[in-house]
Amino acid sequence: MKSFLQPILVSVLLLLVFGFGFPGLLWGVAQLLPQRAAGSPVVAGGRVVGFERIGQKFTQARYFWGRPSAVDYNAAITGASNAGPNNPDFHAVVRARLDTFLLQNPGVAKAQVPAEVVTASASGIDPDLSPAAAYVQVARVARARHLPAARVQQLVTQHIEQPWLGFMGPAHVSVLRLNLALDALR
Amino acid sequence: MNVLTALLLFGAAALLAWPTGRYLARVYAGERTWLHFLTPLERGFYRLAGLDPAQAMTLGQYVRALLAVNAVWLLWGLGILLVQHRLPFWNPDHIPAMELTQALHTAVSFLTSTNAQHYSGETGASYFAQLAVFTFLQFVSAGTSLAVGVAVVRALGRAEKLTTVGNFYQDLVRSCLLVLLPLSFVFSVGLLLTGVPMTFEGAGTYTSLEGVAGTVARGPVAAMLSIKELGSNGGGFFGPNCAHPFETPNFAAFVLHHLLVMLLPMAFVFMVGFYLKRMRLALLIFGVMTAGLFLLLVPAVLAELHGNPVLSALGIDAGAGNLEGKEIRFGVFHTAYYNALNMAIPAGTLVGAQDSFTSLTGAPFMLLMQIDAFFGGLGTGFLNFFIYLIIAAFVASLMVGRSPELLGKKIEAPEMQAATLVAVAQPVVVLACTALAAWVWATTPSAATTLKWLPNPGAHGFSAMLYEFVSAAAGNGSGYESLGDNTPFWNLVPGLAMLSGRFVPLLGALFIAARLQAKAYTEPGAGAIRLDSLTFGVLLLVVIGILGALLFFPALTLGPLAEYFGGK
Repeated sequence: MKSFLQPILVSVLLLLVFGFGFPGLLWGVAQLLPQRAAGSPVVAGGRVVGFERIGQKFTQARYFWGRPSAVDYNAAITGASNAGPNNPDFHAVVRARLDTFLLQNPGVAKAQVPAEVVTASASGIDPDLSPAAAYVQVARVARARHLPAARVQQLVTQHIEQPWLGFMGPAHVSVLRLNLALDALR
Repeated sequence: MNVLTALLLFGAAALLAWPTGRYLARVYAGERTWLHFLTPLERGFYRLAGLDPAQAMTLGQYVRALLAVNAVWLLWGLGILLVQHRLPFWNPDHIPAMELTQALHTAVSFLTSTNAQHYSGETGASYFAQLAVFTFLQFVSAGTSLAVGVAVVRALGRAEKLTTVGNFYQDLVRSCLLVLLPLSFVFSVGLLLTGVPMTFEGAGTYTSLEGVAGTVARGPVAAMLSIKELGSNGGGFFGPNCAHPFETPNFAAFVLHHLLVMLLPMAFVFMVGFYLKRMRLALLIFGVMTAGLFLLLVPAVLAELHGNPVLSALGIDAGAGNLEGKEIRFGVFHTAYYNALNMAIPAGTLVGAQDSFTSLTGAPFMLLMQIDAFFGGLGTGFLNFFIYLIIAAFVASLMVGRSPELLGKKIEAPEMQAATLVAVAQPVVVLACTALAAWVWATTPSAATTLKWLPNPGAHGFSAMLYEFVSAAAGNGSGYESLGDNTPFWNLVPGLAMLSGRFVPLLGALFIAARLQAKAYTEPGAGAIRLDSLTFGVLLLVVIGILGALLFFPALTLGPLAEYFGGK
C-alpha cells in the first residue's frame, strides 16, 4: 500500500513547490517591478497607447510603419507566416508588398528597399525596424507632416538604439517610440 | 562583431558551466555545498513524503519508481487540460478546455520534456495550466532526466561490484530542489529585470496612436522561461516561443536565454569529470561535442546569411540575409545561431520561424536533432553520448584485437545489444512514422483540402512532416509550424514517437550502466584503448556521424536537399 501511495505523495509535494510555490515567489519579487511585471505599458496623454516592446499597426502616411505581420499585429494571437522559402504564394505576397511600398513611397528606388519591409516577422508583433528601414520612410513621413525631411531624418537618428553594451546584436529603432516622438514635435 | 559575440556567449556559458559542474558533482556525492541552506528543505521533503533516501534501489525498483511518478504526472496533466475552463482561479481570459487528442498530445509532450505545442499559449492554455501543469512538468521532467543521467554516471564510477543503482526519489528531489530551483529563480529574476512580464491580470488593452483598440496577451511569463531552457524543455508561453517580445524583449534577455540553454548540458559533462575524477575524459567529450556542434551549425548560419535567392532577384536590398520569420532585434546571424543551438540542445526555444529558413538549413538542423548528443538535452544528451561511447569503444577494441571494455568493465553481448537497440530505435521510429504520414497524405484527399496539413507544397511539405517526427523523438518540440498539426493524426502518432524517444534511451542507458556496474573491475593493461586520447575522440566523432547521420540521409535527400536542388 505504501509503495502505491509513495509516487502520489512525492508528486503532490513537488506540485506544491514547483506548480504553486515557485511562481508565487517570483510573483512576489515581480511586485517590486510593477511596471515591467505588467508588460511595460506606455502612457501618453493619459491613456495607454501601447506596450513598450509590442509592435502595433501603423497605416497612415504620417507615421513610420513596422514590418509586415502574418497576424496583422494582433497581439492576442501572435505568430509567423511560416511560409516556405520556395512557396510560390509567398513570392507573390512579397512582390505585392514591394509594389505597394514603392507606390506609397514615391521617389524610393527598388534597391533602397530593405528586405525586412517586405517580409513578415517571427512574432507578428516585431516592435523594431533597422535604421535603414526607418530612413527609407523619412521622405513620406516628412511630406505628410509638412516637415523638413532633415528634421525627421534627425529624429530617426536620435532614436537608434545602439547594440547592447556597444557591440552585441543589431542596432534598431523602436517604431512606437519614434512615432510618439513625431507626435510630440509640435 | 556577430561572430565575436557568438563566441563570447558560447565561452561565457562554458565558463559558467565549470563551477556549476563542480556544484552538481558535490550535490550528488552528498557533500556540503555553498547552497547548504537548502539542505533543510531537502530533509523536510523526505520527512513529509515519508521517504528514506538512504535506501538503495535495485534497477527494477528504480525503474518502477520512475515510471510510477511519470504515470501520476501524465494523469494530472491530462486531467487539468480537460477541465481547465472549470477551475476557479488563474484563468482571467476564460480559456476553454482542450480537445481530448490535443490534451493527450500536450500532456505527453510536457511529460517527455519535448514540449511540442499544438495549441497556442495565448488562446489555448489558462494561467493555471501554464503553471501547475506546464511549468511543474518542466521542472519534474528535467529532474527525471537529470536523475537518470546521474544514476548512470554513478554506476560507471563504482569500482566494486554492486547490484543497486541508488534511490530514485533522492536523485529526483536533489535535482529539482538543489539544482533546478535555485538556478531557475536567479535567471527568472534576471529576465524580469529585462522586461519579461509576470502578472495574473489577464490580457492588456491599448488604443493605438491611430485610435485603433488592441489586445495584448500576457501572463506569468517569467516563471516559465528559465526552467523551459535550463531543463531542455522548450515550451513557449506564447505561440512564437522566444521570438515573442514578451519572452525576449531585448538583446540582454537574448543573452540570458543563450546562457540558460547551454548551461546545464555543458555543466553535466564537467560534472562527469569531477564525479569520476576523469577530467581528461570529460574534456575530450566536451571537445567532441563542440566540434560536432559547430560542424553542423556553421553551414546553417552561412545559408541564412546568404539569404533567399528569390528575394534577392527582386532587386531589393537583401544584404541582411533571409529575414522572413525573423525579428529585427536579433538579426539573421543571431537568430540562425541560436536556433541551431536549440537543435543540438533539444529545448527548441526558437527566436525565428524554422519553416521560413532557407531550404538547405533543414538538413543540418534535423541532423543536430537526430544525433541529440552534441551536448544534447540535460541528462539525456549525455545518455545518448554514452551509447555512442560504448559502440565506439567496442569498435576500437575490435580494431586492435582486444576484448572490449569501458572504464575497466567488460562490454559483452547484452550491453552491445542494448546499445544497438537504443541507437537504432530512434531513426526507425522516425522513418516509419514519416512513411506512415506520407502514405496517409497521399491516400487521404481531406488531408490536403479540409485539414490543410501542408500549406507549403513540394519537398518542403515532406520536410515539415519529417521534422515533426524527428523533433518529437528527440524531445525537441519545435516544428515547421505551417503543418496543420492540431488533428487527431498529428496529436496521436507523434505522441508515440515522443514516448519511445524519451523512455528507450533513458531506460536503455540505465540498463547498460547497471549491468556494467555489476561486473568485476579489471585494471586496464598496456595496449588498452585510451578513452581520453585524441585518436579515440576522432573515432567517436566518426561513429556518431555514421550512426546518427547515415541512417537518416535518404530521408534528408527527399526533404531539404530535394528542395535546395529542385528549387521548390
